[in-house]
Amino acid sequence: MRILALVKRVPAPGARINITEDEQHVDDKNLGHAISPHEECGVEAAVQLIEQYGGDATVMSMGADVSEEQLRAAVSVGISKMVLVPTNGSPKDPQATASALVAAIRELEEQDGVFDLIIFGNESADQGGFQVGIRVAHELGRAMVNGIKGLEIPDGQDGSGDGHIVARREVDAGFEVYELPLPACVGVKEGINLPRYPTMKGRLASKKAELVSLAVEADADAHANGRQAQTRLKSPPETATETVILGDGVDAAPAVVDLLEELGVL
Amino acid sequence: MSAVLVVIEHDRGHVPEATLEALTSARSIAGGLGLPVHAAAMGEGAEMVASQVGEYGAEVIHHLTSPNLGDYNPEAWGQALVGCVSSESPAVVMASGTDRGNELMAQLAARAGLPFVANCVDVAPDVSSMTRSQWGGALHEEATLDAEIKLISMAPHTVEASPGPAAGRVDEIAVDVDDSLVRSVIRDRVVLSEGITLSTAPVVVSGGRAVGSEEAFAPLEALAEELGGKVGCSRAVTNNGWRPHADQVGQTGTRIAPTIYIATGISGATQHWVGAMGSKNILAINTDPEANMVTKAGWAVIADLHEMVPAITEEVKRRKG
Repeated sequence: MRILALVKRVPAPGARINITEDEQHVDDKNLGHAISPHEECGVEAAVQLIEQYGGDATVMSMGADVSEEQLRAAVSVGISKMVLVPTNGSPKDPQATASALVAAIRELEEQDGVFDLIIFGNESADQGGFQVGIRVAHELGRAMVNGIKGLEIPDGQDGSGDGHIVARREVDAGFEVYELPLPACVGVKEGINLPRYPTMKGRLASKKAELVSLAVEADADAHANGRQAQTRLKSPPETATETVILGDGVDAAPAVVDLLEELGVL
Repeated sequence: MSAVLVVIEHDRGHVPEATLEALTSARSIAGGLGLPVHAAAMGEGAEMVASQVGEYGAEVIHHLTSPNLGDYNPEAWGQALVGCVSSESPAVVMASGTDRGNELMAQLAARAGLPFVANCVDVAPDVSSMTRSQWGGALHEEATLDAEIKLISMAPHTVEASPGPAAGRVDEIAVDVDDSLVRSVIRDRVVLSEGITLSTAPVVVSGGRAVGSEEAFAPLEALAEELGGKVGCSRAVTNNGWRPHADQVGQTGTRIAPTIYIATGISGATQHWVGAMGSKNILAINTDPEANMVTKAGWAVIADLHEMVPAITEEVKRRKG
């Protein structure tokens, strides 16, 4: 099976988000970085499928040169090849990002053959455009479903050729089940698996692995029908909350239940 | 005729609250542009949505038909929307920023070669600029949108759904959907729980790292059950394997909007807060009065959750008699 996992470098989730003075970027100089959480699970999903069905997995990121750190992190948990599509510091909108990724994927597939499965994150943790994977899949003419929290290969198949992949999407009360013909694309969500930690051997391998840099351009007509552009970033308006302390310790239980009664939930 | 076209996200005829919110937002956007609100619905059960969609402001409901439209299928539904957009030339196409809403808008955008601005929280009257949410709502981006047909989704819970009746006339449009796209249809469903879910529960009792173990969630389960609610948790809890990821509240988990969110032993990191901030009321139970969750909550008790949660359950039981 040939798998491609797409990842994005983002400030590690959970941190307080500050904005640079020019209001154009997240001020990340004091923040640690990570693979965007859904995509970290996409890397794990790729590694698990390769362990089960054989083949090789590639990780690709479009971004600044420092994204090498996240590519090597993916190699340290079992991905065999890594590709950086450099942006030279200029972040791109979803149309341009998708267009450049398509060019890069076509080049990789021309060299080594079609990817049976391309795994995206459902949305990036930072910009959250909810569309790059869908645009890429459409351009490549492949089936695509987003929001996937389960992947399996049907019995008797090996995840390649003209087989299928069963993809499960979590909804409110259970799962929707899709069966996509390969080659296919999916957007996965955190919770599809629990990503593993790298082993010492994995860490050493990731240090030695070769980084392939693939400079591609977005299609000149990517914006033929219009574009979106960021003007500035700002903090959401804070709704000032006056916290009412109902008490200290178990003596506050009656006050809590008074509140529940008042809100009509009891 | 130009209009503001709302994509009706429905599941076999059931229209979620988020779509009613999108219709509510569409009425004010359409009002600013001097245009009517139209809606597009397709697939299994689409014929059942008309009266509700009309009640929330759609003058016309375009019922898109094709032999290849059945149960939900992001690719086929996306291509059907392209057909509707080319025949109706709406000024704006919008949906709710849910999983399905964003997916359908992205499918339409990819196929029509148009830009798409997801999860708007505020839109200028001419829809050429907007504020959208990044980092799950922890950050806002002001953006411009330059396109003849403007594609947007509204972040869930941006407005409260309110009715605003309009004619709701149904107009059938036959659309082309390639046979090949049948590949992405729902093949099966697995129902794991009947009744209320985390995203619809009126009460969510949630635990964080301080709960300490899988077993220690039992008292939270007991309280949730007494209150007819569900148990939620923070990312630290799912990362420790104490609860399934389906229970996670947060940016990468579920966005909840209960009447009351009872957050116990949760510090309130940004990525958790953005999943909880849609709650109508928040009660934080924490030993640390400075915890983010405590300072952002409307109510708080400074206590150890392991003592406090059973004490609340006892008091609830006592009053129920």
